Amino acid sequence: MSVLLSAHLPALQVVLPLISAPLCVLFRRAGATWLIALIVSWASLGISILLLEQVIANGPISYLLGSWAAPWGIEYKVDMLSAFVMLIVTSIGSISMVFAPNSVNAEIPEDRIYLFYTMYLLTFCGLLGITITGDAFNLFVFLEISSLSSYVLISLGAERNALTAALRYLILGTVGATFYIIGVGLMYQMTGTLNMSDLAERLPAVAETRTILVALGFVTVGIGLKLGLFPVHVWLPNAYAYAPSVVTAFLAATATKVAVYALLRIYFSVFGTKIFAALPIDEFLLLLSLVAILSMSAVAIFQKNAKRLLAYSSVAQVGYMIIGISMVSVTGLTATILHLFNHAMIKGALFLVLAAVFFRIKSVKIEDMAGLGRMMPFSMAAFVVAGFSLVGVPLTVGFVSKWYLILGALEKGWWPVAGLILVSSLLAVIYFWKVIEVAYFKERPAEIGAISEVPAVMLIPMWVLVGANIYFGINTGLSVGAASAAAKLLIGGAP
Amino acid sequence: MELPIEIPMEIPGLLNYWIVIVLMMAGFYVVISHGNLVKKMVGLSVFQVAVFVLYISMSKIDGGSAPILDDAIKQYSNPLPHVLILTAIVVGVATTALGLALIVRVRDAYGTIEEDEILEQERNDT
Repeated sequence: MSVLLSAHLPALQVVLPLISAPLCVLFRRAGATWLIALIVSWASLGISILLLEQVIANGPISYLLGSWAAPWGIEYKVDMLSAFVMLIVTSIGSISMVFAPNSVNAEIPEDRIYLFYTMYLLTFCGLLGITITGDAFNLFVFLEISSLSSYVLISLGAERNALTAALRYLILGTVGATFYIIGVGLMYQMTGTLNMSDLAERLPAVAETRTILVALGFVTVGIGLKLGLFPVHVWLPNAYAYAPSVVTAFLAATATKVAVYALLRIYFSVFGTKIFAALPIDEFLLLLSLVAILSMSAVAIFQKNAKRLLAYSSVAQVGYMIIGISMVSVTGLTATILHLFNHAMIKGALFLVLAAVFFRIKSVKIEDMAGLGRMMPFSMAAFVVAGFSLVGVPLTVGFVSKWYLILGALEKGWWPVAGLILVSSLLAVIYFWKVIEVAYFKERPAEIGAISEVPAVMLIPMWVLVGANIYFGINTGLSVGAASAAAKLLIGGAP
Repeated sequence: MELPIEIPMEIPGLLNYWIVIVLMMAGFYVVISHGNLVKKMVGLSVFQVAVFVLYISMSKIDGGSAPILDDAIKQYSNPLPHVLILTAIVVGVATTALGLALIVRVRDAYGTIEEDEILEQERNDT
């Protein structure tokens, strides 16, 4: 590859999906737009891999947009953490685009399909932008690009509840984004800069002032709304339950993860660990996330709709990530970053299975899934393996992230926290078993005709994710290495 | 005439910020308390506008001029927050437009834009 192109990879990563979105509107053909979305997703995956290689070889990349020098111009910054999160987003995007056409053609009216792919590309662009930018205000812009387009994606769902779910998400999401800019505004007022590394240098001098502590509060609540932090997660279950199946799989695996990334970035790369001494926000987050992992897992048990069940489980899983953040230690952050990666693969796989189920039986109610274990053996087997991973059975990725989380808790001497994490995993066994029991041990009512397995184009993406669940569960070196390198960077990089 | 209470000097100087807080809380309250979806969007817009005022106020200084390079001008207001808010206004317009478009679809689907009636219908659905 030419030197010129490889120097501009960070900009390409955002520009490519951004300019191909309007292209989709020009083409208007379902097939053509799908092809564009597919090619762009895979190209972005390629760029992510190249960027990760560059970061591993030469350290963090700083890219000056339009060659304006850093604190004044907008800087794109790729370090270990952002390269890792970009890899997660682009690989989930690529896989769900391979899976998408059958499911999308079945669920979305023909004349709107091109809009689906347009909005998908914009969401994709926004999510990548959040991970790559080194500018606090630019992050807001990308946050809103991804959010606005994901509201549209959710509203494309077939049932009318999708509309109200999207509107509720729009209202809360906008409140969250506005809280975030209030926080950034207050920081700018005290420091006169928006560049993250510049902010990190100037904030310590004013860190004790009330303005900065209020800014921290606003930013926490703002991003908390976006990532589905308990108790401001109320938009999430309906949004996931009524969105088109592919959208749920893509958003569940990427959107909340990127929001967690934004929180990590703001806490550790901008404010630095010392801020927790001035405002005990870490203890506050720990308390909220402990309530989240227990109550949301318990609520998941009583759900009748499998998509809603997994949505509540997602809120609980985000809780695990926040527990890792609240430890403010290298092990804790390693667990958080690992779980970003692992949970993306777990939930991606589970929601793709539900998309396949919906494709065949037009329902994701648990009672309607009776006998699917025999009718759709490969899909349901994928569900079982990914479910094991969700619970945290050894040899799966779920086990690895829980292992590090409990290790981090014990390191801190938080025995009760470690205990509660285990209790919550047991609750996961119960809600997961509910689906398995119906799918494998109940006969399918005779009056409903037999159904067949979904085509291979849907099975392969699903099993690639399931395979990754097992591969990275056994061969932990790669993901743990990247996660702990990123965690050390965050903790060590703090002034 | 003497005022019965003495107003601290900071209050008139911080007038913009008081307006920001009042607007912000009023908008936020409307979002939370009103069941009518259009009113919710209005509240949301007011809430966002409050933040615009916050940004614009903090960059303005007494006697500060626009950023024009001229020997006669000694003092400048910071133009950056104004530019940031141009971006935020665009985001706000897009949000309001999308929100209203969704409300039109909601009315087509439910026949109402009152939140409690929508919730009632959703309960009956399941």
